[in-house]
Amino acid sequence: MLKFLPLGIFLLLAVLLALPLLQGKDPSFIASPMIGRQAPASPKIPRGQPALVNVFASWCVSCREEQAILKDIAKEESIAVYGLDYKDTPPALKKFLSATGNPFRDVTPDEDGRMGIDWGITGVPETFVVDKDGVIRYKYAGPITQDVADTILHPMLAELKQ
Amino acid sequence: MKNLFFIFLLLLSAHAYAVEPSEMLPDPALEARAREISQNLRCLVCQGQDIDDSQADLAGDLRRLVRARITAGDTDAQVYGFIKARYGDYVLMNPPLEGRTALLWAAPLLALCAGLGIAFLFIRKNGGS
Repeated sequence: MLKFLPLGIFLLLAVLLALPLLQGKDPSFIASPMIGRQAPASPKIPRGQPALVNVFASWCVSCREEQAILKDIAKEESIAVYGLDYKDTPPALKKFLSATGNPFRDVTPDEDGRMGIDWGITGVPETFVVDKDGVIRYKYAGPITQDVADTILHPMLAELKQ
Repeated sequence: MKNLFFIFLLLLSAHAYAVEPSEMLPDPALEARAREISQNLRCLVCQGQDIDDSQADLAGDLRRLVRARITAGDTDAQVYGFIKARYGDYVLMNPPLEGRTALLWAAPLLALCAGLGIAFLFIRKNGGS
């Protein structure tokens, strides 16, 4: 009986560790203490409409690919996307936006990364959903894919607009 | 013998920290506080490193932020609170002991007790020989 104990412990741990995967949880969704709180002062977001805040940088390769998807979301949901340009320079930003097609209503430069810390970011890109009262409702770390847009952002924005 | 002596000298060398001289505060007392706080804050983009020990960009930014808060007159608790409000409990190297983290803190002791229990059963079953 006793000799099966290690196997039993192994199976128990395996099930415990696999549980989040079996539930189909997206590992890019990070429980951030920012969720449910008022959005930081910069970038400035007008109240009355839900919006997306996208933290990006011209030097960030995976940020490039999500720009077109962000643009589509902004257009289809008729909401604004506000950019926080993390540790970047104005010339590099200009070049980046003209290459990717600018999805942003407004871009706030964050040259020393201090605003990024206020949003609690650990890297770029990160995208936040802010509701019409300026409360952060969702955070996604990593580039927005079409799948994330369709399954998470579109339904969420549609609900927040009501 | 000579080699042994040099190996011994290596043992005396100080642990290398990531803090740049330019980051340090002129007041040694404030700098000492900043160092202690930094050693209790997790580098969020590293594996098991504190920000005092890491050369990651974000770790450097947080070290400077800690020093800026201290210079502005924050207490240690206020500095921890400021960082925790943005990054959550995870940023603390030692998670706080509360109701919902009690199991986390008790886990090593429980594992030890379980191990001792199993060892005891095993030894008794085999007649202690």
